[in-house]
Amino acid sequence: MRVVLAEDLVLLRDGLVRLLEAHDFEIVAAVADGPSLLTALVEQRPDVAVVDVRLPPSFTDEGLQAALRARREVPGLPVLVLSQYVEQLYARELLADGSGAVGYLLKDRVFDSAQFVDAVRRVAAGGTVMDPEVISRLLAGGAREEPVTRLSPRELEVLALMAEGRSNAAIAQRLVVTERAVAKHTANIFTKLDLVVSEDDNRRVLAVLAYLNR
Amino acid sequence: MSGDGQGTVTRKPMTADILEKAREGGVAARRGFALYVLSTTAGLALFCATVLTIALIGLGIGVVLLPTAASAVRRLADFTRDLTGRWSGTPIARPYRPRPVPEPGFAGQWQQCQWALTDKAFWRDLLWMFTNPVVAGFTALLPAAFISEGLYGLMLAGGLWRPILNAGGTEWYTFLPVTDDRTALLAGALGVVYVAVGLQNGSRLLGMDICFTRLLLAPNAEAELALRVRHLTETRSDAVDTQADELRRIERDLHDGAQARLVAMGMSLGAIEHLLDRDPEKARVLLAEARESSATALRELRDLVRGIHPPVLADRGLGDAVRALALDLPMRIEVNIDLPDRLDAPVESAAYFAVSELLANASKHSGAQRVWIDIRHANDVLHVIVTDDGIGGASPANGTGLRGIERRIGTFDGVLALNSPQGGPTIVTLELPCASSSPRTSSS
Repeated sequence: MRVVLAEDLVLLRDGLVRLLEAHDFEIVAAVADGPSLLTALVEQRPDVAVVDVRLPPSFTDEGLQAALRARREVPGLPVLVLSQYVEQLYARELLADGSGAVGYLLKDRVFDSAQFVDAVRRVAAGGTVMDPEVISRLLAGGAREEPVTRLSPRELEVLALMAEGRSNAAIAQRLVVTERAVAKHTANIFTKLDLVVSEDDNRRVLAVLAYLNR
Repeated sequence: MSGDGQGTVTRKPMTADILEKAREGGVAARRGFALYVLSTTAGLALFCATVLTIALIGLGIGVVLLPTAASAVRRLADFTRDLTGRWSGTPIARPYRPRPVPEPGFAGQWQQCQWALTDKAFWRDLLWMFTNPVVAGFTALLPAAFISEGLYGLMLAGGLWRPILNAGGTEWYTFLPVTDDRTALLAGALGVVYVAVGLQNGSRLLGMDICFTRLLLAPNAEAELALRVRHLTETRSDAVDTQADELRRIERDLHDGAQARLVAMGMSLGAIEHLLDRDPEKARVLLAEARESSATALRELRDLVRGIHPPVLADRGLGDAVRALALDLPMRIEVNIDLPDRLDAPVESAAYFAVSELLANASKHSGAQRVWIDIRHANDVLHVIVTDDGIGGASPANGTGLRGIERRIGTFDGVLALNSPQGGPTIVTLELPCASSSPRTSSS
């Protein structure tokens, strides 16, 4: 699997390269600033990009901006954004085009290499991976608006895990229920959020989007 | 018919207009009379007493009495400032230098005297007390004089001339000897003219005396500068204090938080090194703990950074930072931003923390369900309006939050206006003078 990596701190960049190579990823470009990230993304068309939000030269959200621009040029280009902090605002911007294949994680998640590599794979496969902290801050905000308020507490729980990018099997394992029960919950969620039957992955993204857009 | 209709339509507002003007004239006459009386009684008396006190300084008694006299002068001048400021709609600022902290004993008395005598505003107050009775006599008093003289003329016309004549006097009304019905009627007519003149010019004449008062009682350029310097000194020391507090808080947070966790992690790693061969199971437990502790340290650092300078504020500026803030709160918040460029970073930060504090107040104290945030930048002033539908009744007195905001934005000459009646809604308006800096470099 071909990966473009953008991270300006040398130690972290080398660490990520080693980690990903150890898990059989091929690093086609490892860049350290916004403009070269955009070039690499558009030219290399990697299977997945791992991008730090804050990059030189401006040391603002340059990585995020480059990723968003690349996704406008190459729709659905899988991007996993890493950051020292997570903001709902940025999560929404990443999800806004509704095409999925995005991830937004705290840098801390790199500590657990198995989980991190799993997240990279899920994003590459078109899934949506949101950091648990985004989700917990959403829940702290409380239910505010339609249509998410129609969901039962259990369905909300399932939706939160879905937003973290987990499959039905993983959700079932986490909630200690059968996969069939989870499938029933997800079907209910889709109905309550007025998401018509289509390709399942896309509906999962839209459900997460509805969740975030409260 | 239609012409008649039009006539009444145009005449009606005219009579209303005249009535309104007459009412204003009457109010001005009353106020002018009050100002004149204040000047000629309390003002003159206080002037004489103060001059006498100053003359007695040589005898020593003056030193004891002068601080009291000076305070009385200030109080009267303040009262006049307040009164005329309210009447004219433009408040008059106090020009005085701050009173020194009193020292005990005679030295303290002398110090207070020096303070009173060297303040130019004190002498200007005295000058006003001496001259205003005359000036007011020719300006502020006139409307009342005209009106009362006019009313007297009307009373003469109404029959008052008869008892006066019967008692053996000849009443001269201005230039008219009132001796019979004809002259009495003329006196009445003249009286109406007097009343009209008094009402017509009331506001103007009172305005002249207020102008004169303002000339002497308002701070002159020198005092204005002194006031400005005092304000700057105060806000600067506030800013320095706030910054020092902030640094202490950061130092403490780092010391108790991340630093302590790193120490613990180092110790765990040392222990793991020892245990690796002897007790790999225990080592694995310690490793998990060390990783947990590093995650906690990172989380604490993240929270700390958010409190110092929120990342979104650094990345995107005030608008998006406030939007991000709104997303994290359980209320429904409508954000309206009209900001062309990035603002100066310190102003951005002050405005951000002010909004953050206001939102915290709204969610903690007012029980608001909805909040509206309006941020505009026009004519080099940043306007921030935060409205909530909570219970209202907020006041700077019942919490340090609003005061803190005032202090924080005071450094930038910003002001805070609060409108929070019992029962809500609460509207807080902030105004911060600031020029916008260069257009943002990153595109969005």
